Amino acid sequence: MSILRTENLTLLYSAKTPFEHIGVDSISIEIEKGDFVGIIGHTGSGKSSFTQMLNGLIKPTSGKVYLDGEDIWQDQRKIRDVRFKVGLVFQYPEYQLFEETVYKDIAFGPTNMGLSENEIKERVYSSCKFVGLDNSLLEKSPFDLSGGEKRRVAIAGVIAMDPEILILDEPTAGLDPMGRDLIMSQLSAYHRKRNNTVILVSHSMEDVAQNCDKVLVMNKSKCAMFDTTKEVFSNSELLYSVGLKTPCVTEITQSLKEKGFSLPSGILNVEDAVIEITELLKREGKL
Amino acid sequence: MMRDVTLGQYFPAKSVLHSMDPRAKILSLIAYIVLIFCTFNYFALLLTALSVICIVLLSAVPFRMYLKSLKVIIIVIVITSLLNLFYGSGEPIVQFWIFKITWQGINNAVFVCVRIISLIMVSSVLTFTTSPTDLTDALERLLKPLTVFHIKVHEIAMMMTIALRFVPTLLEETDKIMSAQKARGADMESGSLSKRVKALIPVLVPLFVSAFRRAYDLAVAMECRCYQGGNGRTRMKQLHIQKSDIFCMSFVLLIIIGVVLCNVFLPTVPR
Ligand SMILES: Nc1ncnc2c1ncn2[C@@H]1O[C@H](COP(=O)(O)OP(=O)(O)OP(=O)(O)O)[C@@H](O)[C@H]1O
Ligand SMILES: [Mg+2]
Repeated sequence: MSILRTENLTLLYSAKTPFEHIGVDSISIEIEKGDFVGIIGHTGSGKSSFTQMLNGLIKPTSGKVYLDGEDIWQDQRKIRDVRFKVGLVFQYPEYQLFEETVYKDIAFGPTNMGLSENEIKERVYSSCKFVGLDNSLLEKSPFDLSGGEKRRVAIAGVIAMDPEILILDEPTAGLDPMGRDLIMSQLSAYHRKRNNTVILVSHSMEDVAQNCDKVLVMNKSKCAMFDTTKEVFSNSELLYSVGLKTPCVTEITQSLKEKGFSLPSGILNVEDAVIEITELLKREGKL
Repeated sequence: MMRDVTLGQYFPAKSVLHSMDPRAKILSLIAYIVLIFCTFNYFALLLTALSVICIVLLSAVPFRMYLKSLKVIIIVIVITSLLNLFYGSGEPIVQFWIFKITWQGINNAVFVCVRIISLIMVSSVLTFTTSPTDLTDALERLLKPLTVFHIKVHEIAMMMTIALRFVPTLLEETDKIMSAQKARGADMESGSLSKRVKALIPVLVPLFVSAFRRAYDLAVAMECRCYQGGNGRTRMKQLHIQKSDIFCMSFVLLIIIGVVLCNVFLPTVPR
């Protein structure tokens, strides 16, 4: 059974006023336990709105979200438990920091879960390591950190809750290349080790192609496509038509293919490209 | 959620009243408020009430919006009407226990009721059909003469504009921060009062931090564009008196004349 399922999930903003507009339009998808799902889409396509409905932060106008087969809005009082199970790292999460020290801020989530002092401590340290935060920063005020450091603290704050499903809304936007790589590689390691379900919203096609098993393509509040990563990135026409691109490697191999080289379509990362191209050259006797 | 709290109640639509000069609208509103309290007999009252209904219809704002603003004050209307009804002086028509109803009492109640409702309606017309920025802009122009008394009209108007501009932004921000803290398991809906007040800290701290950051950014941005107060500042959007403004002002004037005539030539209702 799928761990998370949405059924015609729809969200209207400012309903019944002249400002009414649609945020998410009738999306039905199923996510299996252990999936690493990517969500891509142009700016304003409803990615953030969609993810916020998955953990019950926004109540959908119509449609249902099923977590472990149960409608999350069935019992309003249990919605808090849903949020512990489905952890969400917001877009620009650094604005949610409020405690006196970084340590206390990361501990906010675990404390709300009612964990013991020792458990909290352990989680804070391990999540710090996860995001590559130096332990010396733990006693500083979160407001004295740089933007990237704040971002990492905020991500650590959700990781520390160790949710069954982890949703990250553009976690690497505005980070330096090293920071991005670190967070992405930690994320895939975390996913491999725990076999948790991870949902990643990103504008980086490379990150999505590298890490995700499945991709949801959103266009103008609607689901344009939901399929395996390979299928999605093989369909470059659709991606271009909704204002997205395929990763650079995919684009290069695709143009090579169009020029007459017999390469398979849907090559998603550099390693695969290297293998395929050397194979090809060997076959043609040029190597 | 938070966005539903409309502070400026601007309701965009296409109507004569929406396109009117906000200055004309403010002046007409003031005239109307005075007028409403200068009705001394039923004809005058009827005339003002009818003209208010006319204006409401002209505004192209759905009637339920007006009902919404009336709903807030309905208790006040009921209580004042009842008080007036039971405590009028003069010959009682019916009497029971400490209550007596007199003609004067009935008159009072009707007048108070119609006046308050009209008052709410006309002021709602102004706020529904004029965007907050237009309103402050118009206020600044109308209050300009006060600069003679060293009142910083421009600065006050600028402050009002900025405040109004940032109300929705801050509401949105509050919403976002609340969501982010709820995602970390913050519990804001249940528990005792002291617990709930405490639960506000994770929202208020980031909100203040961001408000100060915004204020600072805005100040820098304004300075970068060489803002230095109202002196010698010209405007992109000039306000012009148009035909519709003259038409509306004449309408108001006609009503005023009508009410004055009613008051002069018809007997005043005893109250
Ligand atoms: N709180 C809100 N109130 C009203 N409208 C909103 C709100 N949040 C988002 N919207 C609107 O809903 C639509 C989808 O927004 P959303 O934030 O989900 O897009 P997104 O895909 O996350 O974009 P981005 O890539 O820029 O983060 C947009 O048109 C936006 O203007
Ligand atoms: Mg977003």
